[in-house]
Amino acid sequence: MSQTWIIVGATSTIARAFARQAAARGEGVLLAGRDMSELESIAADCGFRGAPFAEAIAFDAREPASFAPILERARGIKGTLSVAVFVGSMPDQEEIDAEPSLVDGTITDSFTGPAHLLTLLAPLLEERGHGTVAGVGSVAGDRGRLGNYVYGASKAGFHAYLSGLRNRLGRSGVHVITVKPGTVDTAMTWGMEKLPFVAQPEKIASDILRAADRKKDIIYTPAIWWPIMTIIRSIPERIFKKMEI
Amino acid sequence: MRWKTVEYTGWGRVLKARGEVARPERASALAATTSEEPAPAVGMLRSYGDACLNDAGRAIDMTRMDRILSFDPESGMVHVEAGCQIGQLLKVFVPKGWLPPVMPGTGFVTVGGGIAMDVHGKNHHGAGSFGQHVTEFTLMTKDGPKVVTPKKNASLFKATVGGLGQTGPILSAKFKMHRAKGDVIVVTERRVENWEEFLPLLDNSDATYSVGWIDATAKDEALGRGILEEAETGGGLVKPAKRGRKVPLDAPGFALSPTVVRTFNALYWRKVPTKGRTVVKPIDDFFFPLDKIHDWNKLYGKSGFHQFQCVVPIAEAGALREMVEKVAASGLASPLAVLKRMGPGRAGYMSFPMEGYTLALDFKKSHAAERLIRELEDMTVAASGRIYLAKDSLGRPENILGMYPEYKDWLKTVNKMDPDQAFETDLVRRLKLRDAT
Ligand SMILES: Cc1cc2nc3c(=O)[nH]c(=O)nc-3n(C[C@H](O)[C@H](O)[C@H](O)COP(=O)(O)OP(=O)(O)OC[C@H]3O[C@@H](n4cnc5c(N)ncnc54)[C@H](O)[C@@H]3O)c2cc1C
Ligand SMILES: NC(=O)c1ccc[n+]([C@@H]2O[C@H](COP(=O)([O-])OP(=O)(O)OC[C@H]3O[C@@H](n4cnc5c(N)ncnc54)[C@H](OP(=O)(O)O)[C@@H]3O)[C@@H](O)[C@H]2O)c1
Repeated sequence: MSQTWIIVGATSTIARAFARQAAARGEGVLLAGRDMSELESIAADCGFRGAPFAEAIAFDAREPASFAPILERARGIKGTLSVAVFVGSMPDQEEIDAEPSLVDGTITDSFTGPAHLLTLLAPLLEERGHGTVAGVGSVAGDRGRLGNYVYGASKAGFHAYLSGLRNRLGRSGVHVITVKPGTVDTAMTWGMEKLPFVAQPEKIASDILRAADRKKDIIYTPAIWWPIMTIIRSIPERIFKKMEI
Repeated sequence: MRWKTVEYTGWGRVLKARGEVARPERASALAATTSEEPAPAVGMLRSYGDACLNDAGRAIDMTRMDRILSFDPESGMVHVEAGCQIGQLLKVFVPKGWLPPVMPGTGFVTVGGGIAMDVHGKNHHGAGSFGQHVTEFTLMTKDGPKVVTPKKNASLFKATVGGLGQTGPILSAKFKMHRAKGDVIVVTERRVENWEEFLPLLDNSDATYSVGWIDATAKDEALGRGILEEAETGGGLVKPAKRGRKVPLDAPGFALSPTVVRTFNALYWRKVPTKGRTVVKPIDDFFFPLDKIHDWNKLYGKSGFHQFQCVVPIAEAGALREMVEKVAASGLASPLAVLKRMGPGRAGYMSFPMEGYTLALDFKKSHAAERLIRELEDMTVAASGRIYLAKDSLGRPENILGMYPEYKDWLKTVNKMDPDQAFETDLVRRLKLRDAT
């Protein structure tokens, strides 16, 4: 049966790589995001690369009014419906410290916005009884760090949400993957100094598709981040609180 | 726009740059950068020398702007963003029965880089240069995107095609693809005994694609011996080759020593039977023979290598023979030596092609090689030939300017488009291309 991915935050660097690879597999893409002219270009590109269906739709994590039309559009798409969530924002922690109201937006972009949308889409996915939800969190959500703990907190919240959603949707045959990328060479990280183990967005995209095929629950991508985060998580808090990593 | 400080080099790795680079991923980001903080655009850094470098300055990496925006299956007209790679286009369009009209020797070249160098391929004698197929492109100017066509904006078109990026970043381009008869290529390989036999074979070849490999270590009666490859696309069943071997570290200095090269060249030449042979290959194997080995430039070791490429008019073939003689005598040549018949096709003021023969040779960096290349450059001047700026890292201004007769037209338009010289690159400064008024 043909599969269509609703790609949330489709202008993200990783999402674009994902959309292309899904297209090359012959899968459809509904591209949701803020920058419509950009989304139209991505849709055209996916079409030439093999997507039988490629369309743009407006989505703003901070505008809940934009969510219902996505559900409506999805209803009209036949076959397997899957969702991949890439939306997120990562202001500098220092900026947030100086302007505390940024906390709300950060959490809306990476957690509550997409959680709201997924909760809205959940009954339709249950009704279809198959498909995948891939939610992109981050290794930053595994432990709150000095450098970006508001972003980390929003990702941690999203991880917990996805875990619960997995518990719920699994009962009707819909599989949920929590994706935890390490550092990726994207617009978000361009210009940041000394990033460890930087991966290309294509790698994250293919890992997500493979995880979907193999019905993995939680993935670290690239895989090197699993041992790294296992170690970081095991550091006792009384030591961790003094560290700068 | 966010800037990142990086160290980067061209493909030859002899010349290096350190500076801030922005990497816009969408047109609006490129527009903002160009109006507020203009800098030269670069592509996949497949130019050998310093054409793609801006040391101590800024550059805009265009590689993430790589979407296919439209395609008309009736006419083959395609509209792509400038960061789109030729090899990607080949991969996407061959199954649909189309291929890029002109393909340089590597698929890792962006459309923007292809236009800015007005690149040529193995079909230059028939199809002309890349820029001749471009029907329209969009330049990002201070005031936003500007659509340029060869009819409406003739001088801006000609100053941009082959124009070394000096009119500003190319955002996207439209050009017509060629029909592919199938997803494979049928290649006829013929052993050529020497120089005297080579030129008539190249002159008389009526194949769509043709290229000569020469053994630049062979001397005397064998001088200029090599292999002539002629090819046509076709249909059939050949499995695509596996991609992606990497040369991990810098190879040790002896990897391409003169003895190794001589032995390799002799074996390579003999692999084609005396009677010749016809082989069917995956299409990209023929066009991009080295792309399967990523980073093969590292084979030359840390200090890098030079490529010398010139073209000389038909009547000056003798001068080219002298160059090959000189190179063979020097013992400095590498296995990569290419000889090709060029047609007259070119689309820009500063385009490289001219009707004649073009010779391209790689040399591991050394003082002796640099001396030799300077001599070859002088011989090119004497033969009324031209040096290819996409490959150059040693050229001297007094030699280069005279090779490009429409240089003044280029300069005039470029200075109008970029009065503050914001798009200058290391090559432009080294060759003093924008010093005159
Ligand atoms: C193995 C190999 C084989 C090759 N074979 C051939 C061949 O057969 N024929 C041939 O003609 N060339 C050949 N080349 C050279 C190559 O095609 C050119 O150097 C080409 O310009 C490289 O494209 P790029 O995307 O890497 O651009 P770069 O090298 O990054 O940049 C080249 C120039 O283009 C400009 N530029 C790049 N993008 C833009 C843009 N978007 N807007 C404005 N200006 C831009 C830069 O400012 C610079 O002046 C070969 C190179 C290699 C490494
Ligand atoms: N890069 C990394 O190292 C890394 C590591 C771990 C996890 N991640 C996660 O991977 C995901 C993709 O990020 P990326 O690296 O590809 O960065 P990116 O290119 O900056 O992508 C961020 C995306 O989020 C969208 N977005 C932000 N706020 C939004 C809002 N209110 N409404 C709708 N869309 C909004 C942006 O849309 P606009 O185009 O409209 O701005 C953009 O598409 C993010 O969730 C990120 O947290 C990234």
